[in-house]
Amino acid sequence: MIGYYLKRIVSALFTLFIIATLTFFMMRAIPGGPFTREKPLPPQIIAQLNAKYNLDDPVIVQYFNYMKGIATFDLGPSFKELGLTVNDLIRQGFPGSMKVGFVAVMFIILFGIPLGIISALKQNKAIDHVVMVMATIGVTVPSFVVATLYIYFISSRISWIPITGLSNPLAYIGPAIALSGYSLSYVARLTRSSMLEVLRQDYIRTARANGLSEFRVIGKHALKNAMIPVITYVGPMIAAILTGSFVVERIFSINGIGRYFVESVNNRDYTVIIGMTVFYSALYIVMVLLVDIGYSLIDPRIKLGRKSGD
Amino acid sequence: MSKILEVKNLRTTFFTHLGEVQAVRGISFDLDEGGILGIVGESGSGKSVTSLSIMGLVDEPGKIVEGEIFFQGTDLTKLDHKDMMQFRGNEISMIFQDPMTSINPAFTIGNQLREVIMAHSDLNKDQAHERALELLKMVGIPDPESRIKNFPYQFSGGMRQRALIAMAIANNPKLLIADEPTTALDVTIQAQILELMRDLKDKINSSVILITHDLGVISEICDKVIVMYGGMIMEKADIKNLFAHPQHPYTRGLLLSIPTNVTGKKKRLIPIEGSPPDLMDPPSGCPFSPRCPHAMEICLKKAAPLFKISETQEASCWLHHQDAPEVSGMVKVEGEQS
Ligand SMILES: Nc1ncnc2c1ncn2[C@@H]1O[C@H](COP(=O)(O)OP(=O)(O)OP(=O)(O)O)[C@@H](O)[C@H]1O
Ligand code: SF4
Ligand SMILES: [Mg+2]
Repeated sequence: MIGYYLKRIVSALFTLFIIATLTFFMMRAIPGGPFTREKPLPPQIIAQLNAKYNLDDPVIVQYFNYMKGIATFDLGPSFKELGLTVNDLIRQGFPGSMKVGFVAVMFIILFGIPLGIISALKQNKAIDHVVMVMATIGVTVPSFVVATLYIYFISSRISWIPITGLSNPLAYIGPAIALSGYSLSYVARLTRSSMLEVLRQDYIRTARANGLSEFRVIGKHALKNAMIPVITYVGPMIAAILTGSFVVERIFSINGIGRYFVESVNNRDYTVIIGMTVFYSALYIVMVLLVDIGYSLIDPRIKLGRKSGD
Repeated sequence: MSKILEVKNLRTTFFTHLGEVQAVRGISFDLDEGGILGIVGESGSGKSVTSLSIMGLVDEPGKIVEGEIFFQGTDLTKLDHKDMMQFRGNEISMIFQDPMTSINPAFTIGNQLREVIMAHSDLNKDQAHERALELLKMVGIPDPESRIKNFPYQFSGGMRQRALIAMAIANNPKLLIADEPTTALDVTIQAQILELMRDLKDKINSSVILITHDLGVISEICDKVIVMYGGMIMEKADIKNLFAHPQHPYTRGLLLSIPTNVTGKKKRLIPIEGSPPDLMDPPSGCPFSPRCPHAMEICLKKAAPLFKISETQEASCWLHHQDAPEVSGMVKVEGEQS
């Protein structure tokens, strides 16, 4: 078991190394640099800036220096946000993104899964149709539309709900709804179809034949099996949601890291791009590992580190 | 002998969007206390639907549209969900065909056994655990103390069926319904499981309905048999008469279609020509008429009533009517019965 985790951690580090390397060289391969402007800067200034950030070293030297930094959790300086390091940016932005993301994830789990279950149990009844239509809308309507509608119809009309910022707990509702809309709908659909599949299984009939209450048949025997595909989706989804959204954070004026993913690319801010990518990948890998652990808890056939089978 | 189960004119239909599938079309039979009743018939003849009707477990869009099912005097078809739950897994239990899929893969054998025990008794968890161990021993699972902690995937098919039998008998049911309990298993395991069931039946003093398409199995452990075809009963008989003088052309066909090396002689298998009726639009007369070598005009118009051949044998075939042509072995009887 411990050997298994060790192996997973080593392979995760290796994956991060590959990702950092690829991002590093891909960024350098794209024409233009952090100091490219529409109105070009005088060459001496560019040379000075390049010297300041060691961008005049051979690329391979830059690469080794950069990797050395990463190994000590130093993601380097930002070329655009003067005086700030990538670590600073993450430290400033991640808490906001994470808090909103956490509320969004809670929405997804607390509403998406139960709605999916209810829909499955009431298959083809009115409530099922209502939930599924809403889920389809939720999957197709973009977050900025949800955010705008929310502000227009709700927060701008109800004085005690703040429109922007995260000044009080109620302020989280809007961004969390906008952020969770897609995944919540997706999880509801996934739960429904998985539940319907499981309810057809022979062991559900056995549970009923054994005289168990419908509550036990659904809540115990069906649910545990039905959650397997849902967990597969929810794990990586959490990584994506916790790292924020450019659009949602913009609309609600939240100080998060979502915007760096977009702005850094526009600015050719090399270190921020790589830093964000590595940060996101690390979070993603951790979530996938948690999903694997979740699997082994739900489905006994999956033994960590061992091939399944009889 | 008193009856543990009396099924009267049971009709179960599936209302699918393609049309009504009349899976069971007005069947009546009963089961003596302590008896073992076999139900045979080709695939699709309504055997499983009959047993699920008794359990109150007919899947949507199926419904019992007519008839009564008396279990020790209580009409099960009149019970609501909650009352029926008290019977299932307690007074009446069922064992299913495929042990690989009929047991929940996500919980240990012990967990699932304790759950059934506790659902129908006042035992606490420890007592239920003791009882579960005892049950595993009864069904012949070696080393129950460690096996009880296993998940189903750690059990072979035969062991799973034993575990499922343990669940079924956990609360000493008075009626045990086994729907092809050995079909999915190896031949050697089949014999062991049947042996076990016969054994347990005596130990817990219950009555059994055994569904199978294997007449060999029937001949070994049942005392009475129902032959079903197209959702109807073709013949009801005690085991001796059914094999010695079958009184329905379909039963004869079935007997000819099984290898008879049981009796020493190797005979050629003679399959019954044709295929079972379409239950969406069943023939209005005798369901077997399209395949019956003796079919007469009346057979196409009207299904035959059950003719009482003897105290222990009834057959639904017009050949028993006084005016029917002679067919060797078919007994003519006075008047039509029920
Ligand atoms: N859920 C359902 N929906 C529609 N039709 C059904 C359903 N379940 C059973 N039937 C139909 O009812 C008829 C009887 O089926 P049943 O399962 O009782 O047959 P069986 O005698 O048990 O056959 P087998 O030997 O294959 O198990 C079949 O024609 C089948 O198609
Ligand atoms: S009733 Fe007619 S068709 Fe049916 S089995 Fe008898 S002879 Fe054949
Ligand atoms: Mg069947």
